[in-house]
Amino acid sequence: MRRSIPAFAAALGLALTLTACGSSGDDGAKETTEPTADSATTEAALTGTLTMWVDETRIDVMKPIVEKFQSETGVKVDMVQKVSGDIRTDFVSQVPTGQGPDVIIGAHDWTGEFVNNGVVAPLQLGDKASEFSPSAVQAFTYDGQVYGAPYAIENIALVRNNELVPETKATTFDELVAEGKAAGTKYSVLIQQGDQGDAYHLYPLQTSFDAPIFTQTEDGSYTTDLGLGGENGEKFATYLQKLGSEKVLDPALGGDQVKEAFLNGEAPYIVTGPWYTTEFANAGLDISVLPVPSAGGSEAKPFVGVQGAFISAKSANPVLANEFVVNYLTTEPVQTELYELGGRLPALKTAAAKVDDPILAGFNEAGATGAPMPSIPEMGAMWQFWGTTQVQIIGGQATDPVGAWNTMVTNMQDAIDAA
Amino acid sequence: MSQQTIVHDSEHAPPEPPPGDERPVRGDSSPARDFSKGFLVKLVLVGLIDAIALYGILTAIAVEQWAIVGFLVLALVAVNWAYFSRRTLAAKYLLPGLVFLLVYVIFTACYTAYVAFTNYGDGHNSTKDDAISAILAQNEQRVEGSQAYPLTILTDSDGDLAFAIVRDGQALVGTQDDPLAPADDATVESDKVTALPEHEVLGFAAVAQRQQEIVDLRVPVSDDAADGSLRTQDAATGYIFESVMEYDPAADTMTNTQTGVVYRPNDQGQFAAEDGSTIAPGWRVNVGFDNFTRAFSDERLRTAFVEIFLWTFAFALLSVLTTFVLGLFLAVVFNDPRVRARKLLRALMILPYAIPAFISALVWKGMLNTGSGFLNQVLLGGAEIPWLTDPWLAKLSVIGVNLWLGFPYMFIVCTGALQSIPGEVYESARMDGAKPWRIMRSITLPLLMVSVAPLLVASFAFNFNNFALIYMLTGGGPNFVGTPVVVGHTDILISMVYSVAFESGLKQYGFASALSILIFIMVGAISWWGFRRTRRLEEL
Repeated sequence: MRRSIPAFAAALGLALTLTACGSSGDDGAKETTEPTADSATTEAALTGTLTMWVDETRIDVMKPIVEKFQSETGVKVDMVQKVSGDIRTDFVSQVPTGQGPDVIIGAHDWTGEFVNNGVVAPLQLGDKASEFSPSAVQAFTYDGQVYGAPYAIENIALVRNNELVPETKATTFDELVAEGKAAGTKYSVLIQQGDQGDAYHLYPLQTSFDAPIFTQTEDGSYTTDLGLGGENGEKFATYLQKLGSEKVLDPALGGDQVKEAFLNGEAPYIVTGPWYTTEFANAGLDISVLPVPSAGGSEAKPFVGVQGAFISAKSANPVLANEFVVNYLTTEPVQTELYELGGRLPALKTAAAKVDDPILAGFNEAGATGAPMPSIPEMGAMWQFWGTTQVQIIGGQATDPVGAWNTMVTNMQDAIDAA
Repeated sequence: MSQQTIVHDSEHAPPEPPPGDERPVRGDSSPARDFSKGFLVKLVLVGLIDAIALYGILTAIAVEQWAIVGFLVLALVAVNWAYFSRRTLAAKYLLPGLVFLLVYVIFTACYTAYVAFTNYGDGHNSTKDDAISAILAQNEQRVEGSQAYPLTILTDSDGDLAFAIVRDGQALVGTQDDPLAPADDATVESDKVTALPEHEVLGFAAVAQRQQEIVDLRVPVSDDAADGSLRTQDAATGYIFESVMEYDPAADTMTNTQTGVVYRPNDQGQFAAEDGSTIAPGWRVNVGFDNFTRAFSDERLRTAFVEIFLWTFAFALLSVLTTFVLGLFLAVVFNDPRVRARKLLRALMILPYAIPAFISALVWKGMLNTGSGFLNQVLLGGAEIPWLTDPWLAKLSVIGVNLWLGFPYMFIVCTGALQSIPGEVYESARMDGAKPWRIMRSITLPLLMVSVAPLLVASFAFNFNNFALIYMLTGGGPNFVGTPVVVGHTDILISMVYSVAFESGLKQYGFASALSILIFIMVGAISWWGFRRTRRLEEL
């Protein structure tokens, strides 16, 4: 018996190791391989299981839809919840091994990376393409092919606390700031920044200077030519410095801080998206949603983000996947239900027309002319340079805004050339 | 061997059978006859491991992971041999550790080394076959202005698939080899073929069973290939497609049918034309030492490298120093029997250690916020000190937070080491008239260092790569102004690697692996030197 204790410990250790190796080899199998094996062997009746990856931010919205799809078509769907931070990378690395899902639900700005790695299959929306709002389909278009079926659109806009300022007369951003200051609150107009900057939330201001990140072709698709350089960009950089010195913009105000401040009634205005307005409404704030006023003379256009579904390039169930993504998800009742569950504007025009919620309608109006965020893989590097430089101008580390801005443009161009 | 024999003797060939053991047979040492309780326990446990390993082997076979199958089979044989053979006593103790070592250390290290020599990353994500099929799929376009046809899928008497559509009121049927041709005997209902003699119309369930075939099927529109082909993605609607790219397996070239440009595979794992233009996606190839040389030749990396390199050393050294000094001080204080409620206080001291480091780092990040942080708002009465956004203050904050995270470890280690120093040594020191400070310097510290110094070296190596803290607390920021790669004043080497290889948009696993190997060599060399130095302390 003396030996049994170390032997036991050893056995336990071994058992753990072996399970660890065992599971590292088969966790994908549990998700995908078994169901597809079923479909090959069973006779008659509808078989085949569609494996779908959804992250925790979208799963609650997708679940009822998927359940309906299962009962209507008889196709079994295996929903796998992935962590939002990993889902994209996991998809790229697991599709080639054959262990990825058939369908993945995600955002349009993943398109470039997926196409560049050959992990998604082109879709044929056919005549349905014209039934979507143009920017939604554009968002999933890469090199002339559509890779995703859109279902929801979101963008940022100006949100007003009606108790502090009942009416907005301002037509320019400067007037808006003055109006906000007149309200006598701690902040005037909140735009989240944080230590690493936030170019996304500043984009409406930037576009009002006619300095978009990339130039766009006639049909609205992006080129890889930077559009934020030159005189317009320099003017915007100078304007940023002004807003920074006036403390309208502050690197210390990140997403959480601006939300808290607005909830506490410390500011009459905030530039934000529908993800916070639900919280504002739940907290009993009386809010209105308006387009962001122009700062540089042109129209302020926010980025539009689009949610949708992709099909894996290596799906073993291509027909079932298309049935769900192209034929089911794009129908009006489904898009309407997704709106009711998720509170985002439907991508389908007929479904969007039915939306009567004034807040969402406000966001819709503010984003009407917005362009989708570019999805080219180099965007990751662009965001970094962009946010960093802006926050350095705002915070005062970059004392010469024009010089800093031009260095940023050079670095961005180098990064594009290096890729 | 000799050691084993000795143990053997004492265990299995005692001069007399142990009391309570009723089995008379001792000469034959076959385990099969030795049904002691211990043996039964062993049998059950090894059986359990065998069962789990078998399950692993079967699942690995199912997904065709032959390397894992091979490893599991070897492990299974090794386990059974080690635990049922009488001659493998040492292996019984060593085997679990060896298996862990293989799986978690040696395998990962070898795999990292392997990846470092490839161009694995975005754009080079998979095999050449995958890249070819992806290029072909991405470049198959619907003929502009072509109609969408409600499609019927049929099988002929041989079970071969056929597509049927209705164009301008005329039913057309075609297969892979026979282009679309009129089928006058087809039954058509509302622009869709519903029946055709000698053919069977496939329902949704039947379609689902042959979906891969159906999606892969291209029915030529006419004898002229340039007219395109009919295909479907959802088995309900057909479109006319044309291929922009064509692959010639014999010549291994990709040809653009519209421009006539021929692309050939290059040694970077991409199809490239004469003029240097390439087609995405590429595939994974071995690129030799490219990743390593790039680390030294990339102009964009060089700018901030020296500063980050020095800061990494400063950060690791200061972290070890500050945590050790505070930990030792507290250990000495709470080791004194005159301190009341020592146990409670010690338990409290260990608390920061009990909270996962990345959560503490996030909490600290919130507390150090300039405008709304607890430190500025509550403790400093509304001061606006840029703890995380000023280059020097951010460095100070990082070290300060690491002190909070790290001192309990040093405290535990030092407490343990202090308690193992025998009391007589102190007593004799006091008898010799040594003052407390002298005792500390000449007795406590040297004796303490014997056991603690190697841990300090290990702690240095850990902090050298303390990615979680930097990433969670400052994200490397505040960033340098205008550098061609976005790195910041608090970035250490490993977080710089992450920023360059992953956050720059394109994930570059090969490059990241090469850089991490270089860092490993650096840390390894320092640790080796450190451990050699500490060995001298033991000779006291």
